[in-house]
Amino acid sequence: MSLPLSGIKILDFSQFLSAPSATLRLADLGAEVLKVEHHQKGDLSRSIYASQIDIAGSSAFYQAINRGKQSLSANLKDADDLALVKQLIRQADVVVSNFRPGVMQRLGLDFESIQAINPNAIYAEISGYGATGPWADKPGQDLLVQALSGALWMTGADSEGPVPMGVAVADILAGAQLAQGILAALLCDETKLVQVSMLESMLDFQFEPLTLFYQDGEELSRGEVNPAHPLVAAPYGLYRTTNGYLALAMGAISTLAELLDSDPLRVYQDRGEWFAKRDEIKQVLADLLSTNTTEHWLAILEPADIWCANVLDWQQLLEHDGFKVLDMVQTVVTGQGERYQTTRCPIRLDGQLITSAQGAPTLGEHNALTKAKLQEA
Amino acid sequence: MKLPLEGLTVLEFSQYLAGPYAGLRLADLGARVIKVERPKWGDACRQLATKNMWADGDSVLFHTINRNKESFAANLKDPEDLARVKKLVAQADVLTHNFRPGIMDRIGLDYDTVKAINPGIVYAEVSGYGKVGTWRDKPGQDLLAQSFSGLVWHSGEGDQPPVPFGVAVADMMCGTHLAQGILAALVRKKRSGVGAKVEVSLLESILDMQFEGLTAHLNLDNQTPKRSLSNNAHPYLGAPYGVYQTADGFIAIAMGCMKKLADALEYPALAAFEDQDRCFAERDEIKQLLADYLIEQPTRYWLDRLTKVDFWASEVLNYQQLTSSEAYKALDMELSATRKPGVAITTTRCPIRLNGQALKSEKGAPALGSGNAVIEKEFGL
Repeated sequence: MSLPLSGIKILDFSQFLSAPSATLRLADLGAEVLKVEHHQKGDLSRSIYASQIDIAGSSAFYQAINRGKQSLSANLKDADDLALVKQLIRQADVVVSNFRPGVMQRLGLDFESIQAINPNAIYAEISGYGATGPWADKPGQDLLVQALSGALWMTGADSEGPVPMGVAVADILAGAQLAQGILAALLCDETKLVQVSMLESMLDFQFEPLTLFYQDGEELSRGEVNPAHPLVAAPYGLYRTTNGYLALAMGAISTLAELLDSDPLRVYQDRGEWFAKRDEIKQVLADLLSTNTTEHWLAILEPADIWCANVLDWQQLLEHDGFKVLDMVQTVVTGQGERYQTTRCPIRLDGQLITSAQGAPTLGEHNALTKAKLQEA
Repeated sequence: MKLPLEGLTVLEFSQYLAGPYAGLRLADLGARVIKVERPKWGDACRQLATKNMWADGDSVLFHTINRNKESFAANLKDPEDLARVKKLVAQADVLTHNFRPGIMDRIGLDYDTVKAINPGIVYAEVSGYGKVGTWRDKPGQDLLAQSFSGLVWHSGEGDQPPVPFGVAVADMMCGTHLAQGILAALVRKKRSGVGAKVEVSLLESILDMQFEGLTAHLNLDNQTPKRSLSNNAHPYLGAPYGVYQTADGFIAIAMGCMKKLADALEYPALAAFEDQDRCFAERDEIKQLLADYLIEQPTRYWLDRLTKVDFWASEVLNYQQLTSSEAYKALDMELSATRKPGVAITTTRCPIRLNGQALKSEKGAPALGSGNAVIEKEFGL
């Protein structure tokens, strides 16, 4: 299989997770990604992001985000290094950054400067909150963006106050949008600047609840009992059983009442009440479902095509045939011969998995190679 | 501005959220997206109203996801309609669907058949859990995918039951990956002329989203996600990372040097935890110290101290507070999508800016079958 982006060269000045997750995806799809890292500190995710979890000398998170990429260490304040980087820009198809607004300008590597060096290059950047406006200089950090975006009122119960989503969702979504923008720009000659902010990506993520808010100006209520989505009626939620948890998605309460033979549930025949009385209904369900095992309930509900599932943790997931058949784990090898396991690209192309055996680079691992290639060119 | 996907036609057989969200993004980027829908009912999302909000007979949710698209109504079980759809397929650049495995084969629009009609097409499909294996026939639904994936053990406090994300995150991630796969395949088609089949699933997408923690878990013992007992915001991050109650609201505090935090807050008790390893190992204790202390003063009091030394912190906003802020207004994030005079929905625009411009198509979501006459004529059906 020929990968779609083979031969595309990406010069990546970004660090941490947001834009690097975009270049990871583009590397998966065949692009050649060269990280340009601070000559001493490198990408800060090597050391200060979940640093207690170490694989092959860097944080496990760094290893996950940067597999399949190369590393050039450079001091962008040093004239020789900057000249080298500008030579690389001449050959690049895409330049990526996620510095705070103004930093690339000070380095002389802003969009206009790069256009002057290489008019064909696509310049793609992620900011926290856009290039202008009162928050432009705020740190573009995941939890802060979540907190400002209104997203902390979507998860958990009303009485719990704001509840963050426990994965760096703003970073990952911004990276995903940037990858889309870059891919679209590769399809035409006119688009040279692609900009995404973490905040706008979080707003796009909430386009459904925000659109409702725009119409009626009301904040959402998450409810109290087994909350799972502020806009969805009972039974939607996770329920404790005697040996674990059962997920129930959308379904008719009247049907559930018959399947579970529950008189207290039969009270709620009117579809119109399933949202308004969701806490009440879910409490009835919670009391009932807590009396038997997850398997017991699945055996009743699954054959009736009720949307339900057992709730797994990673240990259970990794041992499950449903996971194994996906072949989602791949082993990669670093330039030093260290091996680690990580997930592969989630996209299949022409019926095949997209995998790549190359681990993440050490700081400056490809300095010599990069210089040698420039001399050949 | 000429949009990058101008001139490309996407046929969307997808319903609900994941596939249509990809279609929406492709439409934002300039593609012509035609929803192929069953007569009478159409995309099931038309009838799926949240907060009982409707506009012109369709749910506001449907309007949100399907703005800037056209609708072609066709009964795929009727041979004449199917023949018309096949003529449309022959002229399209992209096809998306999210039927359960096997349905497109029965209809006669599986990849091999479609490829025979149109070898250059990008055929893109969404499933819940892949197309083989024990879960292949499970309904591809967001909460179920979250529940299988382990994601529900990341949010909430350590002593709580599993807590799902309160947004359809598996659908959204999967739609995003679908769009990425389609766009990448279009790049390859532009360079080499070949079509492609692109496949994504809700489960693989929501696992990809957890790739950092999964990588830790796969390689190291004892790295299942463990939420802190209180103020959890990310199971793999140490104190102070979390949201704390103040005298008048809440404050979010991200990562940083504990000594700097102790100084900024004038809270010497924290300085003892300067060592990075202790910030993780003893995070429950540190977070409790912080929670007890931060509740004494209002949010603004703490924020002033923290932002002065550039310690990463922010207030916590709800939609009312967010949308009335100058920073939100500066983003110009809203657009009005109009179906017809009197039927307009205010919604969010595409989050990507191209050449410095926001993408703001004001075309609303289509009424079912409203594109039939025009599409039949234009494509000679």
